[in-house]
Amino acid sequence: MAGARNIQAETGPMLAADGRPLKDSLNRALRRQKLRALLLISPLLLFIMLTFVAPIADMLFRSVENQIVQETIPRTVKALEGWDPSTGAPHDEATFAALYTDLVIAEEYKAHTRLGTRLNYEFGGASSLFRGTGREVGKWPTEVYTEQFVASDPAYRDGAAWALWMADPSVRAVLPLTADAYDAWALMTVVEKDDVPAEEQPLDFVYTALYRDLAAGALPQLMPAVDVDNWDSVAIRDLFLEEDAAWGELPVWQAMKSYGGNYTAGYFLNAVDMQIGANGPEMRAEDERVYVTLFIRTMILSITITATCILLGYPVAWLMANLPARSANLLMILVLLPFWTSLLVRTSAWKVLLQQQGVINDTLVWLGLVDDANRLVLINNEAGTIIAMTHILLPFMILPLYSVMKTIPPSYLRAAKSLGATNWTAFWRVYFPQSVPGIGAGSILVFILAIGYYITPELVGGNKGVFISNRIAYHIGTSLNWGLAAALGTILLVIVLVLYWVYDRVVGIDNVKLGG
Amino acid sequence: MGQTTADAAYVAFERVQKSYDGVSLVVKDLNLSMPKGEFLTMLGPSGSGKTTCLMMLAGFETATHGEIKLAGKNINNIPPHKRGIGMVFQNYALFPHMTVAENLSFPLEVRKIGKSEREDKVRHALDMVQMGAFGGRRPSQLSGGQQQRVALARALVFQPELVLMDEPLGALDKQLREKMQFEITHLAHDLGITTVYVTHDQTEALTMSDRVAVFNDGRIQQLAPPDQLYEAPENSFVAQFIGENNRLMGTVKEIGGGICVVRLDSGDEIDAKPVNVSKVGERTQVSIRPERVEINKTRLRDGAHTLKAEVLEFIFMGDIFRTRLRVAGSDDFVIKTRNAPDQVRLQPGTQIEIGWLPGDCRALDAP
Ligand SMILES: Nc1ncnc2c1ncn2[C@@H]1O[C@H](COP(=O)(O)OP(=O)(O)OP(=O)(O)O)[C@@H](O)[C@H]1O
Ligand SMILES: [Mg+2]
Repeated sequence: MAGARNIQAETGPMLAADGRPLKDSLNRALRRQKLRALLLISPLLLFIMLTFVAPIADMLFRSVENQIVQETIPRTVKALEGWDPSTGAPHDEATFAALYTDLVIAEEYKAHTRLGTRLNYEFGGASSLFRGTGREVGKWPTEVYTEQFVASDPAYRDGAAWALWMADPSVRAVLPLTADAYDAWALMTVVEKDDVPAEEQPLDFVYTALYRDLAAGALPQLMPAVDVDNWDSVAIRDLFLEEDAAWGELPVWQAMKSYGGNYTAGYFLNAVDMQIGANGPEMRAEDERVYVTLFIRTMILSITITATCILLGYPVAWLMANLPARSANLLMILVLLPFWTSLLVRTSAWKVLLQQQGVINDTLVWLGLVDDANRLVLINNEAGTIIAMTHILLPFMILPLYSVMKTIPPSYLRAAKSLGATNWTAFWRVYFPQSVPGIGAGSILVFILAIGYYITPELVGGNKGVFISNRIAYHIGTSLNWGLAAALGTILLVIVLVLYWVYDRVVGIDNVKLGG
Repeated sequence: MGQTTADAAYVAFERVQKSYDGVSLVVKDLNLSMPKGEFLTMLGPSGSGKTTCLMMLAGFETATHGEIKLAGKNINNIPPHKRGIGMVFQNYALFPHMTVAENLSFPLEVRKIGKSEREDKVRHALDMVQMGAFGGRRPSQLSGGQQQRVALARALVFQPELVLMDEPLGALDKQLREKMQFEITHLAHDLGITTVYVTHDQTEALTMSDRVAVFNDGRIQQLAPPDQLYEAPENSFVAQFIGENNRLMGTVKEIGGGICVVRLDSGDEIDAKPVNVSKVGERTQVSIRPERVEINKTRLRDGAHTLKAEVLEFIFMGDIFRTRLRVAGSDDFVIKTRNAPDQVRLQPGTQIEIGWLPGDCRALDAP
């Protein structure tokens, strides 16, 4: 040993035949191999990236993404920045005016209904509130401003004059609201109407903005002088309240403020039955809580299913591993048989078997084990889900168990018995510990499959036996609340990862074997 | 009286038969009795039923017919774990999820032995096989020879009176095997255990055992101490199976007075000791050990029959010379001579004459 080290020290690093350091040569040779390996798997890698990783990343992003409020009503969001929800709903005209401008524009773009739908996730009634108000907002009597401006100087009707004024930085500096409203209007005219802004008269909301600017300060030199002091005016807040009393209440404002950011924790709060209240996050009302219960139920039922799979699968796997090859193969075919029929067919078969007038109940009644009046409720509840899913997932438990048991030589059991252990002790102390990796692998497979299953619970689970995945499917397919679906999915993913981690700590992941 | 019977026939197989498939017998009419403290080896070619016998004794296979007795009691219906027989398996069967110490402690735990006593016994057993420092290791962290020692210690730790070993040294290299053979025999002898040992390897059988049972085709062909087995094989299978052996086929020409003349198929006549032949005209296979063949005519008694032989090959093997001859039409007649200063080295092509003492040439059954 010491001699070897001395030789090393004398000759320096080992050299390859071509005089390069051996390590470099080795690395170079290995790099080639690695590159080739990478090239070989690259089609699959690309495929997985495109069809799996990217969609998942997108879904994860959707669970926090929230640009719609910011994009649809930017002025309102800005106006609400300084507002403290604990002082009650806003009273100031400026905020309502900002919302008015936003809504008129949103209505032109038909964006207000989408915003309503989005906010409806946070509090009920938002959808109809926005749709209703949006429909009316264009008809509000704000044309009094337009008429009064035009009456005091006809230049105010001239699109070209407006274009000139609004191009001047000094004007824009003095009239911020007007400039902002005009820009929005001009964009809308081009995009939505395909017209040239310089040839069109601005809409009422631009005049309203101008009026509000003038009421607050002076008119720039460039524009024809007007005196707004004694003009007729409209109270925008009153118009809102007239349209819908909800505008005078806290929830809608709170929702707009809370969800004004580009990113939100709202979906996640929602996914754990919470919401953003006046004093930050809080639990929802009792009768609105669904998801936590569903998560817990999903966990409990999945664990139960995994446990029943172990109980039912272990003896079968043992038998298969210890029978002569021919009988074992037959048994294996029987175990795999369910895979040959469609999942839907199998699940529907369970409906036939389990229902109250079904085969199982009929048999039990006939045998006199169950009273005809009290037939067992085996379907449309947890029992149905557990029975049907255990059946469907059983092969995923049996196969890894079998392949692990197959590698345990029978001589261990014999050795244990020759050492004086009874059959049970030999099994429990010697055989069982060696089959634990199979149980681990089977349990991970079954549990992860169960936790994300939704067809079977949907069909046989009724109300009490559905899983969180059924809600996710509902939000993806029916309510179209993808953000919430994404948040629920993310939580599910995190739960699985945490369980995996715990499993790794407790049992050790290298203690999982799928075979030899 | 009962005590002595039990000691003289501590292990006894009486007319035991075994069939796995109900069609053929794997063990045919096995009769064997072993006194207490004996080291008995079952030797035989592959498939001759050695393991099956061992498994019946251990209780993992049931005898189809006959009785197996342990200390005078019929144990046919006693389950393996109640037989109290120590066993060493060919692949050692050390429990991989337990440390060496836990493996040894297992048989004591199932016997409900207290913790401190258990630890003492485990330590003692490990020391006995020089593995005292390895108690905390897993079996997978041991070399083959070390695993072998642990397996041995585990089979002995609960102090069984009978230990069975099924080719325990099969997986070890030659040097280690020889060392372990020595250790196992000494342990068994020192502890006074009765041992049934199964092996393929005749050297192992000859060097280790008090008696060897040669198995073939489900039967014991001969049960005898090693020297007797070698010197006086009772049939041609044993003669052939144990050690190197020259055979010549022929017919009995004369018989009487503990000696017979055999007329070989080539027409030559030789002297032999009749073992399995009784009358003139019977076919026989004569068997001569290579080292008992005499090339120096002066050492033979007067009038002894000799055979002409031609030297085909001379092989130098260090301590001995091995010379292949053509004798009586057979090309694979081998003789062994000691490497001594005055020993001649026979050159191929040389014509010589060979002979032997009649007692060294055994006329056996013709297979
Ligand atoms: N479990 C079994 N089922 C059916 N036949 C078996 C079984 N075990 C052994 N046999 C047959 O019984 C015969 C004897 O087998 P056994 O294992 O006793 O031989 P052995 O002498 O131990 O051979 P080896 O030296 O190769 O270990 C063989 O022909 C074998 O094929
Ligand atoms: Mg064997």
